[in-house]
This record gives sequence, structure tokens and C-alpha cells, in this order.
Amino acid sequence: MKNIIISLRVLLAMTILTGLLYPALITSFAQIFFSRKANGSLVYVNGKLSGSELIGQNFSDSTYFFPRPSACDFNTVPGGASNLGPGNKKLIGDIQASKARFLKVNGLDSLTVVPNEMLFASASGLDPDISLKSALLQCNRVAGMRKFSSTQKKELISMVNNLASPPQFSLFGETTVNVFKLNLELNKFDSHE
Amino acid sequence: MTDFIQLAIFLSALILLTPLLGRYMAKVFLGERNALSPIFHGFETFLYKLSGIDQEKQMNWKSYALNLLLFNLLGFVVLFLLLLFQQYLPLNPQNVPGLSWHLALNTAISFVTNTNWQSYSGESSLSYLVQMAGLTVQNFVSAGTGIAVLIAVMRGLSNRSSSQLGNFWVDLHRSVLYVLIPLSIFLAIILSGQGVIQNFSPYQKAITLDGKQQLIPAGPVASQVAIKQLGTNGGGYFGTNSAHPFENPTPFSNFLQVLAILLIPASLTFTYGRFAGSNRQGWTLFITMMMLFLIGLGLSYYSETGINPLTGIAGSMEGKETRIGLFNSILWSVSTSCASNGSVNAMMDSLSPLSGMIALFNIMLGEVIFGGVGAGLYGMVIFILLTVFIAGLMVGRTPEYLGKKIEAFEIKMSILAILAPCIIILLFSAFAAVTPWGLNSIGNKGPHGLTQILYAFSSAAGNNGSAFAGLTTDTPFFNVSLGFAMLIGRFGIILPVLAIAGSMSAKKRTPPSKGTFRTDNWLFIILLIAVILIVGGLTFFPALALGPIADHLLIGSGISF
Repeated sequence: MKNIIISLRVLLAMTILTGLLYPALITSFAQIFFSRKANGSLVYVNGKLSGSELIGQNFSDSTYFFPRPSACDFNTVPGGASNLGPGNKKLIGDIQASKARFLKVNGLDSLTVVPNEMLFASASGLDPDISLKSALLQCNRVAGMRKFSSTQKKELISMVNNLASPPQFSLFGETTVNVFKLNLELNKFDSHE
Repeated sequence: MTDFIQLAIFLSALILLTPLLGRYMAKVFLGERNALSPIFHGFETFLYKLSGIDQEKQMNWKSYALNLLLFNLLGFVVLFLLLLFQQYLPLNPQNVPGLSWHLALNTAISFVTNTNWQSYSGESSLSYLVQMAGLTVQNFVSAGTGIAVLIAVMRGLSNRSSSQLGNFWVDLHRSVLYVLIPLSIFLAIILSGQGVIQNFSPYQKAITLDGKQQLIPAGPVASQVAIKQLGTNGGGYFGTNSAHPFENPTPFSNFLQVLAILLIPASLTFTYGRFAGSNRQGWTLFITMMMLFLIGLGLSYYSETGINPLTGIAGSMEGKETRIGLFNSILWSVSTSCASNGSVNAMMDSLSPLSGMIALFNIMLGEVIFGGVGAGLYGMVIFILLTVFIAGLMVGRTPEYLGKKIEAFEIKMSILAILAPCIIILLFSAFAAVTPWGLNSIGNKGPHGLTQILYAFSSAAGNNGSAFAGLTTDTPFFNVSLGFAMLIGRFGIILPVLAIAGSMSAKKRTPPSKGTFRTDNWLFIILLIAVILIVGGLTFFPALALGPIADHLLIGSGISF
């Protein structure tokens, strides 16, 4: 009986300590020092919430750069992956369809090598990034849809290159382009002209 | 090349931190003055007074086990009730309803046993209160329980003719206060600086650039992610775990999180050496684990970068994130399965068959390659005893470990601890594979479907928690059977291990002589690896042949499902 009472008290103390005080401490610290990040790296356009830099969006309008395929259509509650095994017929079909779609919509010939991430659905279903190469392959189409001149197109390509983030500290991860940030810049660029 | 550099940084960090943290933990658990004593000592004593704990009181193995079981049982009951009735409790801005009884049962067992198997998606099923006061608390105390058991085992092995293994409450408090909380605070703060969210806001509606609606999730994520990695719990705040950009936003956050998986288990090998009175004993175990880890990593990486004959594409990105990339996905999948962590940053189900098999096999070996905090090393002690026993049989000498005789009782208990999870994995998988309850949940046809089932029961019985997530497991059958598997996998090992500790503790310690079989050299490392692989391999090889190996061969000959 004495043991049960000790158990209860320890559980209560641990709940207060690790379940309430600890998250409260981290929240206060994060809200003071990294307020924007702690709240989801949110992006407002004309005062309205337009999304989060970290969460991919489903761009289907061809005046925009396209993200990776998503098994949950960029639904966030909950996000998810395809979980298709490497020998699954559906996966093989999906890859072929993604490839054909990417080549067709971007007006590329069938010999073009499409980067892997554009063929496969992401893990979170919310992957905000694509590779630099995938972004560059889309420039022609985006410039065409937005009726850019050839100088504007060159500026667009250098903009894409500038937005690419190299491996962090030159060490960790891959070179990526955030599609949401890229499309935000694209809109700004377009409205300046 | 960059993959190689990242691996080198990862391994160097782990090797450098092991003695640092290991020495510190030895001081903590030996009750010596340490770097954080000035901050926590007073608070520790205050907590004992508050809970009515006599910290001088010593416990024998039965009393240690009894207190541990009571505390875990109570933790289960409280968490179960929180999950069932979360809709009546505060901090629930999305108004999520209570879970079904079987999902609540499964989830409560899952977090109490340090498994963190998830048949739900946190972002759509749980309130902030449950995530914090329910799950985060169990993340801490289940990890603390694992460490406490290991400390008791280390005392048992190093004691001189005493039946006392220490005090469960003191070991639990010390692991939470001196080890888990400080490291979690440190990690959570860095992670929130990388972009992991930490707030109590309701979800916000966004109108995306091309005019669609998107709900932006929120919650206290960083605080939970830090402990889920450090405590080898692995339960994600979000359903997609550390693949979710809010849970793992940058390559650096990814590096820290994967390092955090192995940090404490690796460092505990050094602590072990301290308790055993010889750093060499600790490093021997570290090297054994590191070799098994690197073999698995090499095979997994080789398989994953290869060409899938069905698509002609090398280096599949299915179920992987662009910012994390292939190498870091594989490094994570091997670490998380070795360490009984179970968090993921890429989807196991979509890995190449052999990479998936490496993860599965790591779990089946009993997660002794670094393993769960505490759990990995006390599992390793079982294999050490077996190895010493077998070596003793070969040369016809009484087996001894750290100067103590190993006798029939220890070997019986060791076999029990090894067989309990194996039996659960094979019997339950076989049952699920021939009944509609199991078969209706499969998400991939062919041998891959069997792998999904095998992985689920291995993950549960191994207290890992990662999944081949294409298997639909939020059903009464899977929730209850996996819950049972988790209980056996946890307490079916803790009890025999504590019994061994109690029995070893009471034995005399004889000084080493010329004839003593040494347990701190390369010969022993090779024998130990052989015993681990043979016991794991022989038990599961037939099942693996029907699952991932058949999958690999069929895909190789161009057959899809």
C-alpha cells in the first residue's frame, strides 16, 4: 500500500515536472528567442496568412513551379506517405505517370532525365522542397505561361539559382529549392515588371 | 563523397561524446558529486521528501521489480484514462474526441513500455494536454525505467556478495533529473531555433498562393521531439514523425536528432565499464555494437542506392524527403531500428526489400546494437552471459563473468528473456498471416505484405515502434495483439534480467587468474557477434526468407504485385 502511494506521488511530480513545467519552459524560451520559427515560420501576403515556409503547397496552376508528388495532396491533418512497397504495381504506374506528366507540362523531350524526387511521393506528403535541377527544368514553362521576355527569363533562372539552399554549413543534407518561397518570389518578380 | 563526410562527422561525434556523457552518468548513478549536483541535488532531496521516499533504503531484486511494476501500471492507467476522456479536458483547441478503447489501450501500453508504436496520427487525434502531460511524461519515465533497470543490473554484476540492487525510485529520479531533462532542454532549444514549432495556438487556416485552403498545424512539438529521440521512445508528434517538416525542418535538425537516438545508449557502454571497474569492458561492448551497426548500415545503403529492376531507377525517393536525402534516410532507418527508438524520417514500407530487412533484423536481434536507453545494454548482458557460457562449455571450464560464476539459474533466465519476444513475434505473425483480421490490413500484396505483418509484431515485441506503415493497424485485433506483444517484450525481459541481477549480486567475486576467460578482447567481440547473429539468424531466417528475401528475389526477376 505504501508503495502505491509513493508511485502515485512520483507520477504526479513527474507529470508536473516533465509534462507541464518542461514544455512551458521550452515554449517560453522558443517564443522569446525564435518567435517566428516557434509559430510555424508563417508567411503573410497582404496581411493574410498564405501558408508556412516549411509546409509544401499543392501548386497545380501552371504559372507556378510545381512541388513533388504527395500521397495526401498536401492535406496537413493528417499528412502521409504512399507506403507503397518497391514491387507494388501501383507505385510503378505512379512513377510512369509522374514522369509523363512532368515531361509533358514542361514541354521536355522524352530523353530528359527527371530528378528522382519529382517521380516519387514524399514521406510527409508535405515536402516543401525540390532539387535545383527540378526547378531549373520548370523555368521554360513558367516563363512561357507568364509571357516573360528572354531577358526576364534569364533573370528568372538566376533567381532560381539564388534561392537554392546549399547543404547546411556546407556539410549536411542536399541542395534544395523551397517551392513556396520560389513561387512567392516569382509573384513579386512578376508584379515588378 | 558528401555521404561519407556526413557519416564521418556522425561517428566522430558519437565516439567523442560517449566517454564524456558516460563518465558523467557513472558519477550520477554511483551517487558521486557531478557537474549538475549544485543545481539539482537540493531539488532531488526535495522530491524524495515530497513523495515519501527513503533514499537510503536498499531493495533486493524482487522489491525493485515490484516498485517498478507498480509505477508502470499506474502510469498505464492514468494515460489510458487521459486518452479515453481527452474531450473533457483542457488544452484541446481542435476539439478532438477521446480514442476508442482499443486504440487507447494500445497507445497507453505503447508509451509506458517505451515502444511508442502509433496507430494514430497525433495531429488529428490528440489534444495538446495528452501530448504533454500524457505522452511526454511517459517518454521521460519509461526511458528512466529502462536506465534504472540497467543500473540495477550493473550493480548486480559489480556487487560483492550482497543481495541489494539499489533503490528504484532514486535511480528513476536521477536518470530523469540529471540525464534526460538537461539533455532534452538543450536539444529542444536548438531544435526550435532550427524551426521545430513550439506553441499552444489553435491550427490556422491559410489560403495558399494559388487559392486553395490549407490548415497549418500547431502545438508544443520541440519539447516532445527532444525527449522522443533522447529517450529512444520514437513517438512522433505528427503521424509522419520526423519526416514532417515541423518536426524535422532542416538537415542540421536531422543530424542532431539521429545523433540523439544513439547518444545515451552508446554512452551507457562507458558507464558500464565504470561500474565493471574497467573501461575496457565498456569499450568492448561499444566496439561490438559499432561493428554490427556499420555492417547493417553498409548493406542497407548498398541496397537502397541500387537500381530497382522494375522501374530501372536507382536511389528511390519514395517516402523520403528532399532536404533529408537518401543517405540520411538510411542512416536514420538503421539507427532507429538498432536503438529501439522507432522514430522515422523516411517511410520504412517503401525502402528496398533488403534495406527494410536490415531494419527488421536489427529489431529481431533484440535491439542490442546500442539499443533502447538501458534496455539495449541489459539485453546485451543476456547475450554476454550466453557467450561466456558457450565459451565455457567449449573449453570445459566453469563460465565466469566479471569474476562471478554463471550457473543454471542465470542461463535459464537468459533463455527466457531471449525466447519470450521471439515466440510472440513468430506466433502472432503466423496467426495474422492466415486470418482475415490480419490479411485485411495489408497495404502491399505478395511477400511484402508478410513483411509488413512481421515488422509490426517485431516492432511491438522489440519495443521499437517504427512501422511498415502501409499496414492498417487501428483495428481491435492489431491494437490488442500488438499491445500484448509490447507488454511481453518489455516486462518479459525486465523481470528475468532483474532476477539475474539479484542472483549475480549475491555471488562472491573472485579475482581474475590466468585461467579466466577474458571478456575484453577481440576474441570475445567476435564470439559475441557470432552468438548474437546465430541466435537472431536461426530463429528468424525462415520468416525473413518468406518476406523480404522473397520480395527481393521476385523484384529482381521482374515480378510486381
